[in-house]
Parts: sequence; structure tokens; C-alpha cells
Amino acid sequence: MKKFLAMALSAVMVLGLLAGCNNGGKDTPDNEGGEKVIKVGVYEPSSGNNGAGGKKEVLGAEYAHSQVPTVTIGDEEYKVELVIVDNQSENDKGVSAAQQLVAEGVAVVLGSYGSGVSMAAAPTFEEAKVAAIGCSCTNPGVTLGNPYYFRVCYLDPFQGSVLANLAKDEFNAETAYVFTELGDDYSEGLGQYFSLECDRLGIQVVADKNPAGNTDMSGFVNAAKSANADVIFAPTSTTVASLLIDQAASAGIPIIAGDTWDDAVILQAAAKSGADVYFSTFYDEGASQAAADFMSGFKAWLNANSDKLANNGGTDTVSAVSALGYDAYMVAIEAIKAAGSTDSEAIKNALAYVRYSGVTGDVIFDEEGDVDKDIIFIKGVDTAKGEFYSVKEQGLS
Amino acid sequence: MSVILQLLNVLPAALLAGVSAGGQYALIALGYTMVYGILRLINFAHGDIFTVAGFVMFYAVTAMPVYLAIPVTILLTVLLGFTVERLAYKPLRSAPRMSVMISAIGVSYLLQNLMWYITGGQPQQYPVIPWISDKIQIFGQETKRVTVITPLLTVALILLLLVLIKRTKLGLAMRAASRDFETARLMGVKINSVISMTFVIGSFLAAVGSFLFFSNYSTVSPTVGTMPGLKAFVAAVFGGIGSIPGAVVGGFLIGICENLIRAMGYSTFSDAFTFALLILVLCLKPTGLFGEKLEEKV
Amino acid sequence: MKKANRTILTGLGAIALLTVVSVGAEALAGSVSGLSIMLAVLKKATVYSLLAVSMNLLNGFTGLFSLGQAGFMLVGAYTYAILTIPVAKRAGVYQYYDGGVVQFSLPEMFSGVLGGTVGPVVGMVAALLVCGALAAFFGWLIGLPVLRLKSDYLAIATLGFAEIMRTFIQFEGFAPLTNGSNTLRQYTTFKHLYPYVIVVGICILLLVLLVNSSYGRAFKAIRDDEIAAEAMGINLAKHKMMSFVISSFFAGVGGGLMAMYTSSVQAKGFTAAMTYEILLMVVIGGIGSITGSILASFLFIGCSEWWLRFLDDSANNIGGMKLLAPGFRMVVFSVIVMIIVLFFRRGIMGSKELPDLFKKRQGKEGTR
Repeated sequence: MKKFLAMALSAVMVLGLLAGCNNGGKDTPDNEGGEKVIKVGVYEPSSGNNGAGGKKEVLGAEYAHSQVPTVTIGDEEYKVELVIVDNQSENDKGVSAAQQLVAEGVAVVLGSYGSGVSMAAAPTFEEAKVAAIGCSCTNPGVTLGNPYYFRVCYLDPFQGSVLANLAKDEFNAETAYVFTELGDDYSEGLGQYFSLECDRLGIQVVADKNPAGNTDMSGFVNAAKSANADVIFAPTSTTVASLLIDQAASAGIPIIAGDTWDDAVILQAAAKSGADVYFSTFYDEGASQAAADFMSGFKAWLNANSDKLANNGGTDTVSAVSALGYDAYMVAIEAIKAAGSTDSEAIKNALAYVRYSGVTGDVIFDEEGDVDKDIIFIKGVDTAKGEFYSVKEQGLS
Repeated sequence: MSVILQLLNVLPAALLAGVSAGGQYALIALGYTMVYGILRLINFAHGDIFTVAGFVMFYAVTAMPVYLAIPVTILLTVLLGFTVERLAYKPLRSAPRMSVMISAIGVSYLLQNLMWYITGGQPQQYPVIPWISDKIQIFGQETKRVTVITPLLTVALILLLLVLIKRTKLGLAMRAASRDFETARLMGVKINSVISMTFVIGSFLAAVGSFLFFSNYSTVSPTVGTMPGLKAFVAAVFGGIGSIPGAVVGGFLIGICENLIRAMGYSTFSDAFTFALLILVLCLKPTGLFGEKLEEKV
Repeated sequence: MKKANRTILTGLGAIALLTVVSVGAEALAGSVSGLSIMLAVLKKATVYSLLAVSMNLLNGFTGLFSLGQAGFMLVGAYTYAILTIPVAKRAGVYQYYDGGVVQFSLPEMFSGVLGGTVGPVVGMVAALLVCGALAAFFGWLIGLPVLRLKSDYLAIATLGFAEIMRTFIQFEGFAPLTNGSNTLRQYTTFKHLYPYVIVVGICILLLVLLVNSSYGRAFKAIRDDEIAAEAMGINLAKHKMMSFVISSFFAGVGGGLMAMYTSSVQAKGFTAAMTYEILLMVVIGGIGSITGSILASFLFIGCSEWWLRFLDDSANNIGGMKLLAPGFRMVVFSVIVMIIVLFFRRGIMGSKELPDLFKKRQGKEGTR
């Protein structure tokens, strides 16, 4: 019996391998039903800790795809096909997800939400000579030393410094309580740059870290109170943010945070508890016509499709990561046009020269593959109305 | 010196938070310890059942008023605990203990993946339960009423549980089953219904724990129960797994300790300290503080 | 002695065969587009098969229920990364800590002595050995207090130690060495599949030899009945410690290989969930069966990361059903795991090995 089972399972395994071959073989031709197809990979988490955020980034790319479903290469029109894989927010699962995209033969990749998974996948993309365009991975390490990684958002050193300036300008802060997530490179990196700039500006910093999985924030809030902090700086994931906002509301200390907080989760939490919340973000619908058009178009698209709305967390609040997903897709299309080829290497080379005015500002890559930006949008939560409002555009002093 | 001063400054708040967290750990730990007492099984899925209760409540209030949602949540959680036992543990009654434990890990894996799939992983705001979520002042600290209620309710529930175990026929059967499974069966104890009842009670306590926990921390996400589950499990082992007073003492001890450590500014090490304390206790008393001595049969 | 020789020969033969197969698979994956995913899955599964076998030594052969695997892997992975990041890239990796305190890289040192082709490989293998040695040292350190504990208490204590190790690696004070919470990356890795196969093959062969030796028999005796084993003159403490340390060693090597596969390491990934995954592989393969663990790792990784991926794509929905959506793959996968756990309790192989199956068949034709 056991022998039979072992044999059967081995057979299944071999069949699986073969099935994999067939599957791979079937998808390879660029020609489906007489139509030329170019594949764009989307490397994002749709499960795991960043699943909710990742799905919103995918939505941005999908919306952009619905707007621009074809691209002209040379004289021929190619249909763009999005290939979406789930990296499960984990570095070790991300590698095979990235490899899956390479196996599908994508010409260029968008993503990911979360810097860690992006860094994990970078060598895979480099080896396959496929360029990746990061949407909201703000850690410097994503592009540093990875020639095939580009990104359309600003970097943490800049973001952290700007937020420290915000604390100084807007709140006259003398003491800042910096609260980061232990073991999270995004959170701790941003905290680090914020603290450095605080030193320069003469703001005293008291710092602490939240161990993974902890849900009790009262201790940290009390510590912030007893340190007489004027602001709490909390660059955390939305899950931790939601916990913190609720428990910090009664302390009456304004909370400022980084880009991940531009999310419906924060809106709900702040509106429920009445906390004073500010965060930096990538775009503002009032900043340009393109941004305003994106906002209204994206909302209408979400509301027209219940599946998409569910992936957006059931609300039509537009997250900044969706805007970045949109821009990343558009930049990819520009690069494909400029390259005039479906060859991934040519597209990578073309990316360096792409100039594109997007929803989140102008995209011009520097030699590291990053976008140079000098202004960050600051938004706050209007707890009475339950919506975000623009506070200001903050730069460095 | 300054450390001590700082500690005195934050002590009341830390103690309050610690007692409250301890009460929640104790409630979850009871579920672990009761099941272990009878089946000698670490029910790894217990923390996830607790999280499911949080989600059920979240979805229930969108369809009905809160006073209806609470009993519905309790009912569904109990049903889930019962079903898990019937489907995943009962078929393995005669299998080696390791298999049952693996099955528990499998159930935990399944429940977590199901929650990701159904909820999409978006953290959700827990509904406000009137009265217990109100803000009150105590020892000069503003907090939610639930913080104070938690330890009281925990103690009350445990006293009730002790009465159940010491005074009722069901309790007698449970004690018999935990002492000697086979003999109890021979003596006419309906072992399967006793085990089901254990899971029902454990899940009931997890549901109550979830009301208290999420009213305090107000965010439900699929993995939010993992850490409290693990801590509660540590609490159960700490007190001597299988012992009800042990679980309670362990829960409160761990809750207070970790909050004190955080108040002193060593939050990086708060989890590590919990585990270090556990290992220390186990080295000194290998079966926990109140655990029975392991018998070695030749 | 003769039997051991035969095992070594068979093992080396198997490794050689698998090396050839893996080179072939790589050539195939390179030429047929769409197959590069297979290579990633094979690499990962190869690494996991070592991790599963090392866990099986402890849980299956010695009967020590330990859940510390992720902790030892963490030690291995960090050791490997720290020792092999090229010096020139350190400033970029340790961006907050001025390039960190370690200012050498084993592959570079060895290539200075042995030349550019052999040197790096020797360096990487040396780094893997250090991974194992360090993990074994930690295993010994942890084993001292913990191995006196029994069953579930041992499980939770080792689980606790894994968590403690994670905290220490993330501790700001050690950051110049470990880079704190930040990712370690850009270190040297094996680019091809066959080095993984060779390293893992040799490690597993060593484990097979150990299990078949007199020590292995002592381990099994301890598993079956501690008191009887003690009565027969087996030194319990010594043998338990030995099994624990050896298992830690190979978990450390596996951790190093894992770091190579992911090409970036971060402590937050090494959670209890990782240990549970490996434990599931051990159980699915059959507790006490080495070939079972290997087979199960390949099936497990193949299913969870490759064959079921289509379930996540809502474009594959048939008719009006909305079942397929992100996350559905993992639900289906966990249901499959539950079915195996419930209905095939002894796993794929039970406690048998793959060669046993063929022996039985031959047994009918002639007695050996």
C-alpha cells in the first residue's frame, strides 16, 4: 500500500513537472490568435503582511492597463498583457515568484510594495536581464548596486529629512518620539534618517521599537507622554499604525508618519478615534491636472467593478501606492515605445532615458535608477469629515 | 538611579496595562491548558480560533446590532472549535501524539490562509462595543473601561470554571479523563463528548477573550492572534500545562513582566525575556510552576 | 563496515547521477522558455530537503521534539552572509553602520590564494562550514539546559530559543555585525543548481551514514524507549546532545544555503512558521524516513510555489464562479496538507526508505 502510494506520488510529481513544461511552452509565443502580445510582470504581495497594500498597487497598474491596453512597437501594435504573481510579502517566497515572471517571459516588471521583497528579487531579475520598476519601495538598497532596478518614488533619506523638517516647521517640535517596527528595514531606515535630520535641526529624539506581533501600544504612548514629546514619528505598517492611532488618540500628541499611511485603514482608524494624524505621500490630487484626472478616473473604475473595489479594501479611497502603480506602468510603456522592441535588455537601456510627467510628478531616472524629487506632499486626516486633506508641500530647509 | 526614577514614573501605567494584558493571556491560556490536560495536545490552532472570533464579530456587526452580534459570535466560535475537534483531532485519537500536534499545526495553517483569502488581509477596525469601550480615569491614567474589566472578568470566569470542574458531573468526567484516559472510558465516561465539551468551553473563553482583546486594541488582521496565542501558550507552560490556576498565574506574570520591561525602555527584548524566563523556570522546575510531576513508566 | 562502504558508494553514485541530472535540467530550463521557475523550485527544494532531513534526525530518529530549526537556520544564514559580502559592497549594505565591523570576505580571501575560479568556491564552502560550526556551537549551548526537558516542554523551550536568537540578531547593539533589522544582501552565491545538489547530497549522505552507524542505533533506541536504552548502557545525555548538535550543524549549513537561494537575508523571516513548514515536510515524508523527507520537500515546495499558482489568478475562473482569487492557492494547499496529515498518517514513506521498497520486490524472486 505504502509502496503504491510512494509510486503514485512520484508519478504525480513527474506529471507535475511535465505539466509545468507544457504550461510554460504554451505561453511562450508572442503571437496569440494573430495578435502580437508583450507581457508586463507585476511582482506584488497579495497575501502576507503587506498583502493589502500590494493589492492596491496592483490596482493602479490594472487601471493604467485598462487606459492603455496596447503599445506600438515599430509599426506594429502589441497587446499588453499583465502577468501578476504573489510574492507573499516574504523574501524566500519572493524568489520563486520573481522566477515565475521570468519563466512567463515578461519584458519588464513592476513592483513591489515593500523594500525587502524587492531586494530579494533583484538578483533574479538581473540574471534574466529584465528591468524592474519599483513603485513604493523607498529603501535606498533597492536600486543601490542593482543596475536592473528602477523606481518611481522618492527615497527614505529624503523622506525622513523632510518629515523632520515638517516636525520643526509645523509643530515647533523640541522633542520627537520615534517609534519604529523592530526587524522591519523600511520602518527602521526611515526612523534612522528622521533622527539624523532631527539632530541637525536640534530636535531631541527619544526612540523605541515595537517587537513583531505586539499589539499593546499603551506602553509606548505613555513613554512618549512622559518624555514630553511634541510629535510622535511612527513610520509603520498599516496594521501597527491602526493599533497605535487608536491607543495614542487620548494622549493628544500629533502623529506623523511616512508614505505607507496614505491608506484607507489609517482614515478609518483616525476617524474612529479622533487622533491628529499627518503623513507624507507621493501625490496630491490638487497638484496637477494629471493627478486630478487619475483620482476621478480611478474612483469611477473602482466603483464600476466590485472585485476591484474589494481588492481596494471595500472603499473607493485612493491610496498613493495605486498612483505609483499607475505611473510605473506608464513609465514601462514609455520605455517599451522608446526601445522599439520587446527585448527586455533594450527596454532596460531605454528606461534610463525615459522622461514622463506622471500623476506623482516627473519621472527622470538618475544613474542609480532613482527619481530625483525635491518636494513631498503632506496630508492630514480630517476626523470630522472622515477624509484626507492636503496640508502643504514640504521641502528641505 | 535615573532608571529607577523613570520606572517609578511609569509604574502605575505599566502595571495597569500588564494586568489587563495578563488577563487576556490567561483567558486564552485556559483554552490551551484544558485541552492539554485531557488530550495531551498542544492545540496550536487555538490562537487562530481567537482571531477568527475577532473577524466574525467584525462582520456580524455589519449585519445586526451589537447586542445580537455578541451571542452570534460566541456561538459561531464555539461551533468552529467543536468542528475543528471533530474533523481534525477525533480521527487521530489512537494515533501517536506527534500526529495530532501536526494536525493542530495544519489547522492553524489552514485557518490563517482562509482568513487571508476571505478578508483580503486588510486590517479592520473592530466595532465599538458600548460601555466597555468608554474612556475612564484610573490612577490618573486615562484608559478604556475594558482595561479594568478584563482582569475582573477573567477571575470571575475562572472561578466559574473551577466550580464547573470541581462540582459538576461533567467536571468529574473531565478530571477522570485527564487522570487516565483509558480507565475513564472503561468506567463509562463518554470520552468523546467530554472532549467536545472541553473544546466548547475553550472556544467560548477564546471568544470572550477576543471581545476584551480587540476592544482594547481595536484592530483585527489575520495574524494578530499569533503572538498573543504564543504568549498565552507560554503562560500555560509556565504555570505547568494542564493546571488551571497555573495558566492564570502564568498569564498575569507574563503580562506584567513584559509591560514592565517595555516601560524601562527595553522593548526590543520584551519577547526574548518572556521566553528566557520560561526556559529558566523549566530548567528549575521541568514541568512548570504548578505542573504535575511526569511519571516514567517502565 | 562493508555495509557502510556500500552505502557510501551508492550515495556517491546517486549524487553524481543527480548532479548530471541537474546540469541537464538547467540546460533544459535555459533553452525552453517558461521553465526557469522549475530551476528556482528545484534549488529551494534541494535546500529544504537538507533542512527536513536534519530535523528528521532529531524528531524522527532520536525522538526529541524540537522546534528550534528556524533559529539555527538564522544563525547559518547570517553567518554565511556576513562572511561572503565582497568588501567593496559592504559600505552599501551596511549603509547605516559605516560598512560594518567585518572587513573581509572569505571568497575574496581564498581567490587571492587559489585564483579566481577555484578560490571563491572554496571560500563559499568554507563559509558554509563556519555556518554549520557556529550553529552547532549554539546548539550545544542551548542543549545544555534544554535537553533535560521532555517532549512538549522541550518543544516550547527550543521554540523560545529560536525567538530569542532572532531578537539578538535584530538588536541595535550588534548592528555593526548583523546590520540590525536591515537586509544583508549582495553576497556571493552559487549561480547554478548543481553545487546545491552536491553540497546537500554530501550532507545527507553523512546523515545517512550516521543513522546507520552504532550511534544511529543508539538514537533509535532512545526514541523507542528511553529507560530501556539507558538500561542497555546508552548514555542518554551524551547521545541526545550529539544528535542535537549534529542536527543544528546541518540546519546551519541549510540556513547558509537558504541565504544563497534568497540572495538576501533578514531576521524577520525566520519565524516559528518556517519551522512548522519544515516539520510538515518531515511528517508528510514520514517520520524516520530520510528519503521520505527529501521526497516531501520537493512535493511541498513544488505545490506551494509552482503548480498551484494558477489558483491565484482570477482570470482562470470558469463561468460565473468567483472562487479563484489571490490567496486561494494557499487555501487549497493547506487543505491538501490536512488531507495528508489526516488520512495518510504515516506520511508517504512511513519509516521506510526508498531502497527498501525495491528490496521487497526482489525478495520474492530470491532470498538474499
